[in-house]
Amino acid sequence: MSDIGFVRTEMLPEQDPPASEVGIIGWMRHNLFDGWFNSALTLLSIYFVYKVLAALVPWILSPTWDAGSLAECREVLGALGREGHYAGACWGVINERWIQLIFGFYPAELYWRPIAAFVLLGVALAPVLFSDKVPSKLLIFTILYPFIFPWLLWGGTIWGPISVVLGFVVGWLVYSAVDKAVSNLALVYSAVDKAVSNLVGIIAGAVAALIWWLILSGYFVGAMDSIAAIGIEPVESRKFGGFMLSITIGVVAIACSLPLGIVLALGRQSDLMIVKYLSVGFIEFIRGVPLITLLFVASTLLNIFMPPGTDFDIILRVLIMVTLFASAYMAEVIRGGLAALPRGQYEGADSLGLNYWQSQRLIIMPQALKISIPGIVSTFIGVFKDTTLVSIIGLLDPLGLSNAIRADANWNGIVWELYGFIALLFFVFCFSMSRYSMYLERKLHTGHR
Amino acid sequence: MSQLAVEREIDRSKMTVSDEVAIEIVNMNKWYGAFHVLRDINLTVNQGERIVIAGPSGSGKSTLIRCINALEEHQAGKIVVDGIELTSDLKNIDKIRSEVGMVFQHFNLFPHLTVLENCTLAPIWVRKTPRKEAEERAMHFLEKVKIPEQANKYPGQLSGGQQQRVAIARSLCMMPKIMLFDEPTSALDPEMIKEVLDTMIELAEEGMTMLCVTHEMGFARQVANRVIFMDAGQIVEQNEPEEFFNNPQSDRTKLFLSQILGH
Ligand SMILES: Nc1ncnc2c1ncn2[C@@H]1O[C@H](COP(=O)(O)OP(=O)(O)O)[C@@H](O)[C@H]1O
Ligand SMILES: [Mg+2]
Repeated sequence: MSDIGFVRTEMLPEQDPPASEVGIIGWMRHNLFDGWFNSALTLLSIYFVYKVLAALVPWILSPTWDAGSLAECREVLGALGREGHYAGACWGVINERWIQLIFGFYPAELYWRPIAAFVLLGVALAPVLFSDKVPSKLLIFTILYPFIFPWLLWGGTIWGPISVVLGFVVGWLVYSAVDKAVSNLALVYSAVDKAVSNLVGIIAGAVAALIWWLILSGYFVGAMDSIAAIGIEPVESRKFGGFMLSITIGVVAIACSLPLGIVLALGRQSDLMIVKYLSVGFIEFIRGVPLITLLFVASTLLNIFMPPGTDFDIILRVLIMVTLFASAYMAEVIRGGLAALPRGQYEGADSLGLNYWQSQRLIIMPQALKISIPGIVSTFIGVFKDTTLVSIIGLLDPLGLSNAIRADANWNGIVWELYGFIALLFFVFCFSMSRYSMYLERKLHTGHR
Repeated sequence: MSQLAVEREIDRSKMTVSDEVAIEIVNMNKWYGAFHVLRDINLTVNQGERIVIAGPSGSGKSTLIRCINALEEHQAGKIVVDGIELTSDLKNIDKIRSEVGMVFQHFNLFPHLTVLENCTLAPIWVRKTPRKEAEERAMHFLEKVKIPEQANKYPGQLSGGQQQRVAIARSLCMMPKIMLFDEPTSALDPEMIKEVLDTMIELAEEGMTMLCVTHEMGFARQVANRVIFMDAGQIVEQNEPEEFFNNPQSDRTKLFLSQILGH
C-alpha cells in the first residue's frame, strides 16, 4: 500500500477570476502599480508629461493667427503680458504661407489640378489598399492613373499621355504577333519551345514600344495637335514646390520602387549568373552611396554627360534617382522575406507542377511580401522623409521653402512654428502609412502555421 | 514503433498490379557535392503497385523519391515516369510533376490560402480547369479525406492530421497517376497518425500507384505489395511484406527490423 495513489471523483467547475485581477482596478494594478519600483516610475512619468504639457500648451494657444510679421506677434503677446522667448507661438507665418508650403509656386488659378490629382490618387489607390471593400473594377482606373497623374500636374497636350499609352499598346500588339508567329514556327520545326517564343516576343515588343516612344511618338503628338489641340496649360517644373512636390516624389518613388525591388530581389536569388551579379552589383552600389550624392549627380553631373541642349527635366531626374535608391533598399527588405519562407513552400509549389513565375506570383511573393510588410513600410516612410533632401539641390520642397520664408524680413527669426507645421504634415502621412501597415498585417493574418 | 492495424477488412478488389510500367529507374546515381547519396538505383514500379520504402535515417529514402518528381536532380542513369524521361528539359519536368502527386512530412500547405484555394490552385493554373469545376473536384476530394467542413478555413487553423489530409486532397485534385509520400505521419501526434493512414489505405483500395517512405510497419504489412529496404544510398533488400518481415535476408535488414519493431 502506498499513499501516492489518487483518483479524482469529481471534476472541478470553472470559476471567475478574483476581482483584483479584472476590470480597471486589475488593469491599473498590473500595468501601472505593479510593485513599488513600477509605481515610482509611473508617478515620475506622469510628472514629466505634466511639465512638458504645461510648457507647451500655453505656447501653442497663442492668439497670433492674424499677425502679419514677427514684430506684430510680439506686440500681440506683449499686450497680453506675455514676454520673452517662449511667450507664445507666432502663427501668423503659417496663416500667411501655408498655401505656399503646400503648393510651392504653382499658379494659384491652377490649384485645382494638383488637388484633383491627389484626390484621384486616393481613388486609384483604394482598390489596391482596400481590396476587400472596393470593387475591383476600379483597378482599370488604377492602371490608367500613372498617365493621368503627370498630365494633371505638368499639363500640356492630352496627346502626350495618350501617346505614351499607345506605346504600351504597340508593344503588346507586337509581342502577341511575334509570340504567335514564333510558336507557329515552333509547331513546324519543333525546335523552339514556348519559353523561347515568349522571350523573342517580349524583346520584339519592348523594341517596338521604344521605337514608338523615342521616334514616332513626337510625330504622332505633333500631328494630332494640329488636328485637334486639346490640352491644359503647361506648368514648368521649377514652379513645383512645397508639400505637393514631396508627395509627388514620394508617391512615384514608392510606387515604382516596390516592383523594381521585387525584380531585384528575385534577380539576386536567380540561378542565372549574369542576372544575379547585375542585381547584386546594383543593390550594393546604390546602398553604398548616400542619397544626397545621387541627387547631386542628378542635378549637376548628369548635365555634363548629356549632349548640350537636351532638356532633361530636373524633377524627372530626381524621381529616377530617388526611385533607384528606394528600390535597392526594397530589394533587400524583400530578400529578407524570401529568406524567411521555409523551403517547403517552394517544394510544395514545384511538386504541383507550377512553373517559376506561377509559384513566385501565387505562392512565394504573397507570403514574402506579407512577412516584409513592416520593413517595406519603413522603407516607404524613409523614402518619403528623404524627399526633403531635394532642398539641398535647390528644389523648393517644404524645407527649401522654409529657408526662403525665414529669409523674409517679416518672419526673420521664426523657427519652431514653421518646422512644427512641416513636421506635423509629414507626421500625418507617415503615421497613416504605419497604421495602414498594421491594419494590413492584421487582415492578412491567417492563423499560426 | 506502432503496429497500427486497421480494424476493418481491407477491400482488395481493385488493388491489382498491372503490367504497365509507371516508373522506371535504371542505374541512377546522385551526388550532393562529393557525397555519393544514391548509388546505382534500379527500380521498376508497375501501375497499381503500393511500395513502402524503409531504412535508417540518412539512407537516401527522401532523396530517392524526390528524384522521381525532379525536386532533386540525378547526375547519372535514367528515370522514366509515365513514359516521359526526366531530363533537364523544364517542360518535361512540369509535365511529370503535374502527373505525380507528392505528400511531405511537414505538409507544405500554403498558409496564405484557404483549404479550398490550396486544392484548386494547381488545377486552375496548371491544368487550366475552370474555377467552378476545380472547386467541385476539390470538395469531392475534401469529402473523401473527411474534412469538407474545413474548406474555408486556413491551414494554420487545422490540426496536424487534418492538414496532412488536406495535403493529400490537394495532390489528388491534380488527378495524379502516381502518389509519392515522404514520411507523411512522422510529424503527427499518435492519435492523428491513424486518420492519415486510413486516408492512404482508402487511396490504395482505389488502385492508386503509391510509393511511401514510412516507418509504419503495420501499414506496410497490410497495404504494400512490396517493401524496399535502403541503407547507405543503396537498395539492400526488397520483397513481399510477409517475406520481408518474417524472413529478412540481409544482416542490415535484420538489424533495422529488430530496432524498429522493438524485439
Ligand atoms: N541538400 C542536401 N545537401 C547535402 N546533403 C544532403 C542534402 N539533403 C540530404 N543530404 C544528405 O543525404 C543523405 C540522405 O538524405 P535523405 O534522403 O533525406 O535521407 P532519409 O530520407 O533516408 O532520412 C543524408 O546523409 C543527408 O545528410
Ligand atoms: Mg527523409
